[in-house]
Amino acid sequence: MDLTGGFEELFEDAPCGFLVTDADGAIRRANRTFLAMTGHRAEDLVGRARVQDLLAVGDRIFYETHFAPLLALQSSAREIAVDLRRAAGGRLPVLLNAVMKDEPTGPREIWICVFAATDRRSYERELLLARQRAEQSEKEARDLAGILQASFIPPSLPRIDGLDLAGVYRPAGLGDEVGGDFYDMYETRDGWALVIGDVSGKGAEAAVVTSLARYTLRAAPAREPAPSGILASLHHAVVRERTDRFVTVAYAQVALAPGGGCLLTLSLGGHPQPVHLTGAGASRVGLHGTLLGMLRRLKLSDVTVEVRPGESVVFFTDGVIEGRRDSELFGEDRLERVLLEARDESASGIADRLLQEVSAFQSGVLSDDVAIVVLKVPAGPPGSDQRDR
Amino acid sequence: MSVLERNHVKVSGRPDGKPLVFAHGFGCDQNMWRLVAPAFEEAYKVVLFDYVGAGRSHLSAYTPERYSSLHGYAQDVLDICHELDLSEVSFVGHSVSSLVGVLAANAEPDRFANLVLVGPSPRYIDDDGYTGGFSAQDIEELLESLDSNYLGWSSQMAPVIMGNPDRPELGEELTNSFCRTDPDIAKRFAQVTFMSDNRADLEKCRTRALVLQCANDVIAPEVVGRYVHAALPGSELVLMRATGHCPNLSAPEETIAAIKAFL
Repeated sequence: MDLTGGFEELFEDAPCGFLVTDADGAIRRANRTFLAMTGHRAEDLVGRARVQDLLAVGDRIFYETHFAPLLALQSSAREIAVDLRRAAGGRLPVLLNAVMKDEPTGPREIWICVFAATDRRSYERELLLARQRAEQSEKEARDLAGILQASFIPPSLPRIDGLDLAGVYRPAGLGDEVGGDFYDMYETRDGWALVIGDVSGKGAEAAVVTSLARYTLRAAPAREPAPSGILASLHHAVVRERTDRFVTVAYAQVALAPGGGCLLTLSLGGHPQPVHLTGAGASRVGLHGTLLGMLRRLKLSDVTVEVRPGESVVFFTDGVIEGRRDSELFGEDRLERVLLEARDESASGIADRLLQEVSAFQSGVLSDDVAIVVLKVPAGPPGSDQRDR
Repeated sequence: MSVLERNHVKVSGRPDGKPLVFAHGFGCDQNMWRLVAPAFEEAYKVVLFDYVGAGRSHLSAYTPERYSSLHGYAQDVLDICHELDLSEVSFVGHSVSSLVGVLAANAEPDRFANLVLVGPSPRYIDDDGYTGGFSAQDIEELLESLDSNYLGWSSQMAPVIMGNPDRPELGEELTNSFCRTDPDIAKRFAQVTFMSDNRADLEKCRTRALVLQCANDVIAPEVVGRYVHAALPGSELVLMRATGHCPNLSAPEETIAAIKAFL
């Protein structure tokens, strides 16, 4: 290219618009490309208009609050997206790059490159809309998961004279997926039933099985007195469902003893053993049984545990002991240590403390859902230790 | 996390000097005072900070509830004053921070001695018998403009911008970072700023005040500056030669001289 006298032509006919302005945006020069893009005449701009005047109002605020400060602070600004007002009406989406030039002899100038960006900006708008839609869908999924999840857990546990009960639940991660943890407590013809369980997997399919588990467990005691028999009913119901999910459940039949305390008849279907907290320490109760809904052969048993005044039994899902920090698990030892430290607190005190420790261990973001139910027999003879509720 | 970390508070100047607190407006961060604040370090204890959600503040401390009105931002100012045990505070607020300063001074009048309001507006949207300069539609357009201009923000960039203030090799990537934050927060701050109506708070203010009004300010036009001056009991009004909305950057000497003359 012959540049003899050609820089003027390069300025005027460059493949982008050029503006030269004063530091406050007053236009001193506009090249031919810019005039052709916008339809403005040089005599209407030079000495008469500021860049801000050519912008839509929203962009004018952006210019004053972002573009001008950036130019002042770092002498340049790049890829600023604004709409220019055309002479004939309507708008031209453009991208601006600008530098602040310090002229040693005169006042400062701003040099601005103007790129037409109609296609790019409409594509970006599409992307933005898609992102907003995705965020909205995510929020709806999270809300739905929350509502569904809440239906797996009673809004409050029943109030039973002579027992102090508490349950807590916290979903994994941000809670945007339905987990399979559930618990429940309800009256049966032989007293009370306390169940806690966990369906493998997450999402809608797991939710269907969780629902099935809850109503099966509620209905079964009418036909089946023994906890192990009730778990067997659930096993068959899950097998009939032809799902590849399986379920773990701890089922306890709770009978209040006339002299205070209670008897738990406990059966475990693949579920972690609850912890029995007594004055002597912490021990695990119940006999390990098979997972429900998976194996052909079932091995389930019933064990009776006496819970005396001042003692408690802590039921939980595997999200507690399998809570993960890097490759380290929360584990059984930590579980027992936390529970022994908290054993003199109320049922909700114990449940909250354990949840808090599991959560803190994982820096507040759980790797798996956690459900905890604590059954405590308040110390002292029945009636003498009834708290005001 | 302490308040000083949360708001990225920088204290300089005379340790035994009277406190002079500089507050940035919507858009950028405490760098807006870079050309002005040093001129006061000889005589004052100079306090700079970023509101939660701006600059290098801790974004984790941002909650939409707290910052759903300018009172939440005023609480940031009060938190900093309490943390540093400041009294006889002179507060210099740019743009929306002017009104934040008025709210803070109204909440604890004994703590504040002077308010300097640079380009204040108690309400941006026109109302019956009141000219703010904007329509609700204009503000909608601003929010769209923010959307288009925050495309480059991504969660990957956030730690770079937030965590490495002193690493010049990141300069290339950090372009525009003085005036950039999480786009959701920026949009909420824009909404709170431009939808606010704090006209009633001006009349309650009993703190000595200076209104600095620029020429050709599209964000806070002169008619609004005069309104603020009339509504603030006993305030002074200075019409500056500087043009635009940011005299702290475009005309630092004139800004410094006006503040010094008032203080």
